[in-house]
Amino acid sequence: MVMAKKISEAERQRDVVEKSLKQLGNLIYDQINEGEFPWIMMQSRSIDNIQYDDTVRQYILGDRMIKRHSRNIKHIRPFTQLVWTAWFARELVKLRKTSTLREVYYSARGQRDIEYNDQKESDNIITDLEVALNKAREEFGIFPEERSAIFGDLTIEYTVPGYEGRRTNLTDHPDGVMVGPAVTSSEFIETTANKILVIEKGAMFTRLVEEQAHKKFNAILVHTAGQSPRSTRNIIHRLNKMWGMPVYIFTDGDPWGVHIAMVIVSGSANAAHLRGLTTPDAKWIGVWASDIINYKLPTENLTEFDKKRLTELQSDPRYKEDPWNREIETFIKLQKKAELEAFSLYGLTYIVDKYLPEKLNEN
Amino acid sequence: MAQQEYQAVSPSDFFYRNREIAGFSNPSRAIYVGIRELLENSLDACESAQEPPKIYIRITEESIQNNENSTVIYYIRVEDNGTGVPSEQIPACFAQVFYGSKYTLKQSRGTFGLGGTMTILFGQITTHKPVIVTSSTGEDIHQFEMMIDIQKNQAQILRHSIYSNVKKWRGTIVELQMEGDYPRIQSRMIEYFKQTAMVNPYLDLTFIDPKNRLYRFERGTDIMPVLPRAVRPHPHGIDVETFRRLISITKTKDMKNFMMEHFQGIGSITSERFLTFAGIESKQKPINLSPEEIVKIVYAAKDFKEFKRPDSSCLSPIGQELLETGIRKELGLTEDDFIKTIQRPAATYSGYPFIIEAAVVAGKTVRKLGQGITLYRFANKIPLLFDESSCVSFKVISKNINWKTYKVNQDTPLVVAIHVCSTKIPYKSVGKEFLADQPEVEKEIANAIRKAARDLRIFISHSLRLERQRHRLNVFSKYLPKISEFSQKLADKEESPDIQKLLNEVNVPPQQEETEDEDENGSSDDDVILPEDEDFPEVEEDEIEEDDGNGEKN
Ligand SMILES: Nc1ncnc2c1ncn2[C@@H]1O[C@H](COP(=O)(O)OP(=O)(O)O)[C@@H](O)[C@H]1O
Ligand SMILES: [Mg+2]
Repeated sequence: MVMAKKISEAERQRDVVEKSLKQLGNLIYDQINEGEFPWIMMQSRSIDNIQYDDTVRQYILGDRMIKRHSRNIKHIRPFTQLVWTAWFARELVKLRKTSTLREVYYSARGQRDIEYNDQKESDNIITDLEVALNKAREEFGIFPEERSAIFGDLTIEYTVPGYEGRRTNLTDHPDGVMVGPAVTSSEFIETTANKILVIEKGAMFTRLVEEQAHKKFNAILVHTAGQSPRSTRNIIHRLNKMWGMPVYIFTDGDPWGVHIAMVIVSGSANAAHLRGLTTPDAKWIGVWASDIINYKLPTENLTEFDKKRLTELQSDPRYKEDPWNREIETFIKLQKKAELEAFSLYGLTYIVDKYLPEKLNEN
Repeated sequence: MAQQEYQAVSPSDFFYRNREIAGFSNPSRAIYVGIRELLENSLDACESAQEPPKIYIRITEESIQNNENSTVIYYIRVEDNGTGVPSEQIPACFAQVFYGSKYTLKQSRGTFGLGGTMTILFGQITTHKPVIVTSSTGEDIHQFEMMIDIQKNQAQILRHSIYSNVKKWRGTIVELQMEGDYPRIQSRMIEYFKQTAMVNPYLDLTFIDPKNRLYRFERGTDIMPVLPRAVRPHPHGIDVETFRRLISITKTKDMKNFMMEHFQGIGSITSERFLTFAGIESKQKPINLSPEEIVKIVYAAKDFKEFKRPDSSCLSPIGQELLETGIRKELGLTEDDFIKTIQRPAATYSGYPFIIEAAVVAGKTVRKLGQGITLYRFANKIPLLFDESSCVSFKVISKNINWKTYKVNQDTPLVVAIHVCSTKIPYKSVGKEFLADQPEVEKEIANAIRKAARDLRIFISHSLRLERQRHRLNVFSKYLPKISEFSQKLADKEESPDIQKLLNEVNVPPQQEETEDEDENGSSDDDVILPEDEDFPEVEEDEIEEDDGNGEKN
């Protein structure tokens, strides 16, 4: 019973996406038949139309609209690419296939006169399609290359072809399960976990799995592999929303780690047109600059690049509150940074036995 | 004590020793200059005869020289249908430097009785072979085999044969041998013929090169420009030596009549006024003028403002139509190309009349010549091929003219032709290859080009528009079918939508609304690429469609 319902939910999603793609086709088709150069309207993605919204606690696009018009000689090529991409996406959805940004770029190469000059151009058109249809590209079956991982007591049910209705528990594989199209499109069935631990680095993720941290903390472990991909952010968002699980983010103690945490919390300007990628209540618990002092961590000096980044972060309104503000100031004061691995100084289990419990308690 | 030896040098001797002055500076240049001088003599002769020139030139390899330059002895033959030379004049005309028929004051290619003879002289000193001149003025045919006696500057006749002229042939054939290096000058030689044909559109020229290749330059018209008239000198342009010479030959008895008789445009009133201005008695006998007085008169003549402008009937410009015919023919212009020829009114510099003619050519055919401006320079219907960048005409096109005014940019393919005709071409050097920066000449060249270029602007904007139109149609016919194809697939339709209406719309010249957008960048040839930052046109507030609020995912 339950199973059938889940599948039809995924089916419904796919239907909605396919319909909106088809609708786009109809719109253009009719415009041409009426003797009109086809055009579509969408929100502008220019910098001055991106603003931070306090209510939804993320970046959003403003009200300004732009018209993509095929009548203009400069715009007809990108317009054509957009229509082609929409068709390509619809084929993916129809055939229940997935693809990557890079594959889309190469597929276009097979089309005379449409081919892109570089992948950036292709990625850009895909983002246009997202904005135009108000859908994330993952819904069209287009995924990024980066692969992150997830581990913990969470039972999911696949919706991808050939696996529909099949369930798996994310502790089944001791290396963690790769977050690909299948996991991203799966339904979350049940869990005993009551929190999510997000970890930036692979080595630390593996350590936590080995030390049975998921049991110890009753947590689902998520490995972002650096800046977290949109699909992973979406999973964090869903877990948080569905079961109200608190999210704790654990990064390197440097400006880059700080920003990785912030993107999980409030998103990036690049994805201002999308919802469902942010987790505003997620907490960044370390490594803080103050941890460097409190835990006497081995450090490295800040580079010029690090320092410049810190000043940049200070001018971002999202970093006005503590602990963000306080920790950034401490980094500047110390002129030091520390990596997650720095805790190994105190033995391999120190982080699980001592540091994490303390930090989780504090927050 | 050694005894000083004194010796006079004959003109032949002088040029023998200083042959580079006349252009025979190296083996390849020598053959170029030699052909050029003989061809120009033929052209002069045909023009005097008012006969459309039919000229035949052949260069044949005679033997290879065994010197380090591995130069070649060439046999050269130039045959024309000009006036011919009276038999008694032949030895002097061809074997005596500074002898000729062109000392009168009228436009011609030759001037000093030098060019043709120098060629023969150069041939003789490099090969020790005689020249053979065959000529007829319509009566008997005379053939002279001659060497130049260099020290005496006179002909040494080896043979003189007379043949009856059954076919009433008129013209001249010059045959000589010369050491040279043809391959190195070949492309210039052909370019020289081509430009000669361009500026003498009534010329029929056949050339056979040492490899036995035939080059034909057919005439584009039988019409020839009006013959120049010989005129008396203008007082502005006179120098002390010429003045003295006139005094020694004059039959006039007083200065008033002397001025009226020997100079152009002077009546009795002007003559008296001028003499008063110069401080010379009008009753004064010319023969009695002191050297100081001669100098005084020559200088006064340059300052006196009341002389008439120099008479330009001594000039023989090509004319707008003939110039156009020549350029069209040699560049192979089509109806779609742009050509505008201009003839300026006569002007003067230092007492010499001159006329500037110019042509500006643009269009598809010109594009084949390459980017930027191709400059053709002519002086008295002779092409100037060397030292372009030193020439005043080059200065004018590269500095004085603001090409932007005419929508010409750096790589717009364009031909500019300049023809200067004058009784005294202001050559900057003895090489006769480029014009000096005479301010009057410079100004007139600029005026001529500006006038010719006036219509160019219209042509260029028109062709840019066509070009852009073509480009638009190209782009749209490339992409519209794709949009149609994929929208059909996307919408699951049976038939593809009809794009013909849209294509028709593209085919109509664009209205302001859109040209604006393209003009900004100017380069319609740019590949259309997606701008990195959004620069798409913004839409008015009231056109905004509200977000359906359906943004939330999941
Ligand atoms: N092909 C020719 N036909 C008729 N006359 C000629 C020809 N070539 C030379 N002449 C005569 O010989 C003269 C001398 O020629 P040249 O030495 O070239 O001096 P220039 O051409 O400067 O007068 C010319 O002035 C002309 O009268
Ligand atoms: Mg001559």
